[in-house]
Amino acid sequence: MHPFKYVRATSVDEAIAALAKHGERARPLAGGTDALIMARAGRWELDALVDIKHIPETNILELGSSEFRLGAAVPCYRVYEDEQISAVFPGLVDSASIIGGIQIQSRAGLGGNLCNASPSGDGICSLIVHNTTCVIAGPGGTREVAVEDFCTGPGRSVIGDGEFLVEMKMPTPQKGFGAAYQRFTPRNEMDIAVAGVASSVQLDGDTIVSARVALSAVGPTPILSSAGDQLAGKEATAENISAAAQTASGDASPITDMRGTAEQRTHLVGVLARRTLERAVERARENN
Amino acid sequence: MVEKVRVRATLNGEPVDFLVAPYVSLLDTLRDELGLTGTKEGCNDGNCGACTVNLDGRVVDSCCVLGAEIDGSTVETIEGMAEPGQLHPLQQSFLEEAALQCGICTPGFLMSAKALLDKEPHPSEERIRFWLAGNLCRCTGYDKIVKAVQKVAK
Repeated sequence: MHPFKYVRATSVDEAIAALAKHGERARPLAGGTDALIMARAGRWELDALVDIKHIPETNILELGSSEFRLGAAVPCYRVYEDEQISAVFPGLVDSASIIGGIQIQSRAGLGGNLCNASPSGDGICSLIVHNTTCVIAGPGGTREVAVEDFCTGPGRSVIGDGEFLVEMKMPTPQKGFGAAYQRFTPRNEMDIAVAGVASSVQLDGDTIVSARVALSAVGPTPILSSAGDQLAGKEATAENISAAAQTASGDASPITDMRGTAEQRTHLVGVLARRTLERAVERARENN
Repeated sequence: MVEKVRVRATLNGEPVDFLVAPYVSLLDTLRDELGLTGTKEGCNDGNCGACTVNLDGRVVDSCCVLGAEIDGSTVETIEGMAEPGQLHPLQQSFLEEAALQCGICTPGFLMSAKALLDKEPHPSEERIRFWLAGNLCRCTGYDKIVKAVQKVAK
């Protein structure tokens, strides 16, 4: 391992300065459950790790009437142990409670899961179906990126040298909104998705006003499927949901690897899309 | 050459003040710098939980934490689980139930189980199994470990 410095930043500007100083040889550190492994394995050759979890903005966890702000360094447990937030965001809890085991969830957060940009990241698709906007700070100022545009390839994202993810913002779910995430893994926990799907729906009575379906582990990045658009304006019936699940399956472009074959993954996406849409509709009806 | 950093923390109830290279994990800091070898290295990549310690009230894999990160924090390791010369009820139960064979995973299981019982004194078997999912054991088949925890949780 290349010896690196540890910089504990206490403000956004301090973090940007430290990251910019070392360019591509510096990375932000939040939970460390990916960053330290990458550094130790020599996958990243670093001069500095910049600890961003002592910055007030990255720790924000604020549920407003119209917007939810989730700091980039907030660990998973703070999402699911907060009674109010877990009641309003069961779809986020689906993800936050299956990323690693209890030790990982003490440190790792949805922000780091996103920045790690793994195609199989269990949190990313949930963020996509909650219409999340990413707030990125850097030497040129602050910019916002829609989460579905954040990942650009396996392990790659729009984050440039000197930049880091500060927080994520998403609309606070209103009456008639529901979301869910499910994955397929050989074990019940502590495993990486063979395939995963997150779905969300906004209902008005029995009509789906809008929907989002996002797919994990079936392409080089998490995929925002066209299945959601297909459901807009339609009734939340079993037939319409099945048809959308077929579309989601068609939007998958998986590879065959040690976790599963392309054929199995394509099939799984169809099953998981149907189940998560059904669950999202159920939650939307409970939330009426 | 990267300079060592100064770290001040509370370790098993005692203040500690030491220097550590900034890229060294908390696991290696405990074992090599502070002489606390009760915390074990298993996978060294956040999968097996052998290196589980309690950091500011939460169990973490100490291989996924830098020693430098604990500045200002409170850390508890297996060495602080019971008073010297005594056993914590979980340690006693692990012995009585033969919940270990090679023993490498045991400190991690004990730290995780203690955190659960401190939070929820009477968890269900399912809750115990899910809570301990981040701790791997290749000897016991888990049943004896779960039974040992259940015995204390009654």
